[in-house]
Amino acid sequence: MRAGFPLKLAWWEARSSARRLGLYMGAIGLGVAALVAINSFRADVVRAVAEEGRSLVGADVRLRSSGPFAPEVLAFLDSLEHAGVEVAYETRLPSMAVGLRSGRARLVEVQAVEGGYPFYGEVETEPAGLWPLDGGARRALADPAVLRQLGVGVGDTVGLGESRFVVAGTLADDGRELGVRGMVAGRLAIPAAFLEETGLVGVGSLVRRNAYLRLPGEGEAERFVEAHRSFLREHRVGIDTAEEEVEELSRGLGMLGRFLGLVGLMAVLLGGVGVASAVHVLVREKLPALAVLRCLGATQRDVFLAYSLQTGLLGLAGAAVGAVAGVGVQGLLPGLLGELLPVEVGYRVHWPSILAGLGMGAWVAIIFALLPLLAVREVAPLQALRRDIEPPEGRGGAGRLAARGALGASVVLLSVWQAPSWQSGLAFAAGVGLVLLALWGVATALARAARRFFPQRAPYVVRQGVSNLFRPRNQTVAVTLALGFGVFLIATIYLVQANLLERLRGEGGERPNLLFFDIQPDQRDGLRALLAERGTALEPPVPIVPARILALNGRPATELLADTTDAGPERWALRREYRNTYRDTLTATEALVAGKWWDGRAPARLPRISIEEDLARDLRVGIGDRITWDAQGVPIETEVASLRRVDWARFSPNFFVVFEPGVLEEAPQTLVALARVPDPEQRAELQDAVVRRFPNISVLDLSRVQEALDGVLSKVAFAVRGLALFTLAGGGVVLFGALVASRVQRQREAALLATLGASRRQVRLVQLTEYAALGALAGLAGTLLACLSAWLLVTRFFEFEFGLPALPLVSTWAAVPALAILVGTLNSRGSKRRTPLEVLREAAE
Amino acid sequence: MVLGGIDFAVSPGEFVAIVGPSGSGKTTLLGLLAGLDRPSAGRVLLDGQDLSALSEDERARLRADKVGFVFQTFHLLPTLTALENVLVPLELRGGVRGEGSRRLRERAAGLLERVGLGDRLHHYPAQLSGGEQQRVALARAFVHEPKILFADEPTGSLDGETGARVIDLLLELNREARATVVLVTHDPELATRAGRVVRLSGGRIVSDTRREG
Repeated sequence: MRAGFPLKLAWWEARSSARRLGLYMGAIGLGVAALVAINSFRADVVRAVAEEGRSLVGADVRLRSSGPFAPEVLAFLDSLEHAGVEVAYETRLPSMAVGLRSGRARLVEVQAVEGGYPFYGEVETEPAGLWPLDGGARRALADPAVLRQLGVGVGDTVGLGESRFVVAGTLADDGRELGVRGMVAGRLAIPAAFLEETGLVGVGSLVRRNAYLRLPGEGEAERFVEAHRSFLREHRVGIDTAEEEVEELSRGLGMLGRFLGLVGLMAVLLGGVGVASAVHVLVREKLPALAVLRCLGATQRDVFLAYSLQTGLLGLAGAAVGAVAGVGVQGLLPGLLGELLPVEVGYRVHWPSILAGLGMGAWVAIIFALLPLLAVREVAPLQALRRDIEPPEGRGGAGRLAARGALGASVVLLSVWQAPSWQSGLAFAAGVGLVLLALWGVATALARAARRFFPQRAPYVVRQGVSNLFRPRNQTVAVTLALGFGVFLIATIYLVQANLLERLRGEGGERPNLLFFDIQPDQRDGLRALLAERGTALEPPVPIVPARILALNGRPATELLADTTDAGPERWALRREYRNTYRDTLTATEALVAGKWWDGRAPARLPRISIEEDLARDLRVGIGDRITWDAQGVPIETEVASLRRVDWARFSPNFFVVFEPGVLEEAPQTLVALARVPDPEQRAELQDAVVRRFPNISVLDLSRVQEALDGVLSKVAFAVRGLALFTLAGGGVVLFGALVASRVQRQREAALLATLGASRRQVRLVQLTEYAALGALAGLAGTLLACLSAWLLVTRFFEFEFGLPALPLVSTWAAVPALAILVGTLNSRGSKRRTPLEVLREAAE
Repeated sequence: MVLGGIDFAVSPGEFVAIVGPSGSGKTTLLGLLAGLDRPSAGRVLLDGQDLSALSEDERARLRADKVGFVFQTFHLLPTLTALENVLVPLELRGGVRGEGSRRLRERAAGLLERVGLGDRLHHYPAQLSGGEQQRVALARAFVHEPKILFADEPTGSLDGETGARVIDLLLELNREARATVVLVTHDPELATRAGRVVRLSGGRIVSDTRREG
């Protein structure tokens, strides 16, 4: 046999089987499309982040504090300025703003900047050129959303605390405002010179201070941080460098992209399952022809090589189509996900992603086809003469073992390559294996049960349709795995999202939805009266006393912060400003996990406190340990009397640290309180009225927070679900391919039934039942597993209660048989009508 | 044209063998007689009904009511047990439900017993030998008491001994059912057991002989 023979044979064979295998390659192509799109988009995002680099932070280094900078830090910053470092300051705090023309009030994030911030990049304004704000005039710039909410426009006046500002223009989104905070409270920028006169910066107000540094010379940031880290930490100042920020952002976005890519990889692997299944059927049908080839002198190697080549080439072709589609989808992603990203994402064809997609497609096709292709090597020439000859037992055992090994190793390697880390890659591969195994188990059990317990009273056509799932050479398992996996992914994502949203919205809608904060103790009664006038009850206000940790068990926090070993308490826990409260009872959102709650008897040696369990772990403290607090300059030594578990997901005033009553009553404090106003218009009117009467009190509309979280969750879920749809579509293609592969057999059965007297309707009903049963089986297996995995995720990972939204779940399940019937009908539409005699005669040959 | 100038009638209860070399049109003729195909010209009357005047579904209904089939390659439904396969013609008539269901099942099981497969009722075709599969097909062919039985090379896939037993059974069952049998074969020995032999060649009837007595 000539060396080129396998190639020629591959070409001949590919011509006849391209249509059938091509469908499966289409499934691989879908996966490749998802992978190329998401990996190219990831590259676009990471490149955009790197290009915008320092302008995202606006400086080389940012120093941040959750309160005013300590005098030592201010002195340090002064000295830096003398040494040629440019320094800009920023103050941020939440407050209510009032549109004077409309009378509407909303929570905003006040931003007051002094100095040349940003040093890199620009703050774009409309009209252009308004930044930096002129320190000599009471003018403000606002996010367009703020103006909309306040019902005012450029040129109107807004009230902020005790001051008034004319809106000079709007701020463009510069990518520096990320997360839900920005969505809940838009920015309102004012000149720093007028911050004081607003009267908003007082005891207990949530002021944050940032200092932005531009260092003389490139690449100085790291050295700067090294030199001053312990001093700054000691004074509870956080440090960010632009490089770190960019690196972190790139890493975070890159990881997100890689996780999304895993869903694409899943689609490719499912295509592989389809290919394996199709090749299995193809090879069995080709065996007689292959036996003839072997009689004519083709070697085992020739035949095996030809079929492997054919599979690889078709895989490559499928992947190529997928890659082109992927490049198209890549172009759509900025529009879909752009709002969630801090940078403007461009579009560039990313060849490494395309090449990787092509390679992956071809490789998956070959490696999945390997096992069924081994049968080709075992064809005995004698089978050309006698079909019932079985290949000798025990042959090819080593080959099969090697093929299985190669398949397992490939799945692991591809997962590790696509995943953010090798650990998550291994976990993904293991998870995929486990889910497929579970799907297989559930589907097999369900199918057996369906056959065994199927009501004998059901019409014959229905029973026949169900039992067809077990026809010889059936592809029930492959189709169930492919469709079931798509359903599993989509249903899991849906269930997790629905549970999270349900939880965030609060059960039954009876929860408070307005949070009043920065209430001064002498405003408590006035506020209550104002709400009462509108028929709204104010829940009992909760006191908040800001404090910092001075010492743990007598060791000063400064000393602990300066300690460079990792054994000590977590820095964030030492550095932060705590907002503590005091009360004599536990609330509904917390539970005691250790120690004893104070019952009012026998005053202890030291004032007692109760700490949230995770904070206690991070502070490395337990029952009986001592914590010394600095409450507005007054040191208070306390003893940890109990640990609490807090349900942070519930919108109610939750606290890390609760003091026993009788300790903090005289300390400077503010109050927070909740109220429930169901009607959005009344809620808006109430906010306006509160701010008119008490300009310092801020009102957070919790339904806005919920809406914002809802929006973010929905977008992320949309992206993931979109990718999961690729796997479901892949499942549909696998189903279509399976039906095409078994078309001949199906036609034979239809012809036989027709010969025995079945009407066309009966034949059609048998087939429809089979498609519906296949879909119902895959859908049920996927949905059941999704319930299990979502339950695990929601209760173990998110630690929420789990609920099953029955109707959407049942609809998802019901959609799969509908899809199967659609695909099945499309498949049989293409087949040419033939008489039963033609078909039966052909079968007899 | 595969067939031409064919004109013959089969009387009730007759056992007719259609013989001829490969490609002579035997199976095509059988298909036309059973209404599996339509002639491009001419008419086929089955139990007095003109098949060419019937729609595909009407012909199917006619087959379900009056016709039994035995094929060379058995053509059992692989997903059904032996008993279920035998029940298919009854099922297609909507028969195996309600009151009479038990009686019909017993009838099917009885037929399988008659062909020697009483202990194989719940076996699938893949678990049966060729001879056994053909015997299931025989039981299926007679279960709905057809007026006419068409058999297409019923022994073609079986060895001589098994084939002879299957034919014995076919004739035995037919004696009880008193159906008309039209059998296509190229086996001269099998043809001698028929009461009438129609010989085809090149798509035409070259002889039509009745056995004496």
